[in-house]
Amino acid sequence: MMDKHSQPLLADPRVQRIAAPLLVGLVLLGLWQFLCVALKVPTYLVPTPLDIGRTLVSDGPMLFGALVVTLKITFLSFALAVVLGVIAAFLFVQSRVIEASLFPYAILLQVTPVVAVAPLIIIWVSNTTLALTICATLVAIFPIISNTVLGLRSVNPGLLNLFRLNRASRWQTLVRLRIPSALPYFFGGLRIASGLALIGAVVAEFVAGTGGTGAGLAYQILQAGFQLNIPRLFAALFLIALTGVLLFSLMAALARFSLGHWHESEQG
Amino acid sequence: MLMHTIAVDTARPASGAPANEAIPVLLANQIEKTYPNGTHALQRLKLAIGRGEFVSLLGPSGCGKSTLLKMFAGLEAPSAGHVRWWGKGDLEATEAGQRMAMVFQEATLMPWAKVADNARLPLDLAGVPKAEGNARVQAALDLVGLGSFGGVYPRELSGGMQMRASIARALATQPNLLLMDEPFGALDEFTRNRLDSDLRDLWRARDLTVVFVTHSIYEAVFLSSRVVVMGARPGRVLADVTIEGPQVRDEAFRTSAAFIEQCAQLSRLLAEANADAGH
Repeated sequence: MMDKHSQPLLADPRVQRIAAPLLVGLVLLGLWQFLCVALKVPTYLVPTPLDIGRTLVSDGPMLFGALVVTLKITFLSFALAVVLGVIAAFLFVQSRVIEASLFPYAILLQVTPVVAVAPLIIIWVSNTTLALTICATLVAIFPIISNTVLGLRSVNPGLLNLFRLNRASRWQTLVRLRIPSALPYFFGGLRIASGLALIGAVVAEFVAGTGGTGAGLAYQILQAGFQLNIPRLFAALFLIALTGVLLFSLMAALARFSLGHWHESEQG
Repeated sequence: MLMHTIAVDTARPASGAPANEAIPVLLANQIEKTYPNGTHALQRLKLAIGRGEFVSLLGPSGCGKSTLLKMFAGLEAPSAGHVRWWGKGDLEATEAGQRMAMVFQEATLMPWAKVADNARLPLDLAGVPKAEGNARVQAALDLVGLGSFGGVYPRELSGGMQMRASIARALATQPNLLLMDEPFGALDEFTRNRLDSDLRDLWRARDLTVVFVTHSIYEAVFLSSRVVVMGARPGRVLADVTIEGPQVRDEAFRTSAAFIEQCAQLSRLLAEANADAGH
């Protein structure tokens, strides 16, 4: 208000969207650094942001190797959740009987904590990557199913009448009406599922506790915890958080790219 | 102004009387509609609409006029009685030159498709070749004054323009029978009057039978060659009024004594209908 020149810059929505949270982050990091130094907090309790940054560089090869492993599980399970979830959704909307008989089991999948099921899956499936992928898929699949079902059912009744009036076949109605109507809901599900796939992957790694060459970020966190290597723990945590944010942004961009020209949620 | 490209078809009967043929375009015979919850929507309804007529179904809400239109569209089946299209009991059995299109209460456009793609939808569904479809869509869009808006998305149009796009979609199928369910109800009065005028011109220029559902007396009198007044609970025909007026109706007609007198007459009929229904 006092400086007239700063107003147009802050009024720009792009600046607000990117610069504002970035500024908050920098301020918080600065505060963190300042408090750690001023209060002489030992590194093995809370490392300073600079310590974490240094660890990120020095332990880089190891941490990034672990990141690749976690990313692999995340993407595999995410892809699997999308494919299976969409197939399940299409199955569900075929008839109320199918939905009524199968949906409770989809909910069962959703409400059972993955930590509780993961040990079983890891025992049953000998291939670690596959076992972890199955665990993470279980976590990520539900929003895809429920959102896609909702979308496929949320068809404008007027448009449905129009299609009936023009004697559209079941297939024409599906391709030209139901699928486009479902897309905004589907992308909403995608956004939630991408984060859940990452969480699922990390949780499954925790339970499996696999070491060796196939170790993911969760294992690095476990190990760093045992060794009281707190800066490395934070560095791994940072990478997981960054991955989550990037995944979310990727899904948001995908939705924007696909829906931006027509759907209200992606305007402005 | 808009729709100025229409040349009046001289083959059309010049008199105000409808070109009634032996077989009506639409026939509702002793139609009953009772819903499972016990609502008696339509009672022993009989109505015949001849080729080239512009018939408005006028009545209070709940009189079953939209239900009747849905039956005419084949979207709903009567509980008893039957509907005949061009003398046939099955819409699938109609021949060339017996095509029906419907315009809904809302524009009902697909938000993800451009205006031209929206208008081409019925043609795509029917398997009309792309090139022919595009030509027909462009002609229809030109006709409703949206010739240069084929490439925009519906949300970029005003409510009136969306309605025009919806009408273009119906016209692209080259219908002989056009069913309209309170199409301009949600529009402001200026836009509605203009669309009414354009619709009337369009009807005069083509071999077109229109069934138009409305609850506006003025709109019904301005547009129609015949107004069917319906009463509520149960829905039935109370009066069948032929509208006297010039073929070419412009804004002057809206202020003419004949117009006002006919509006007053319909208004009395509707008041009686509402009194009958116990309001």
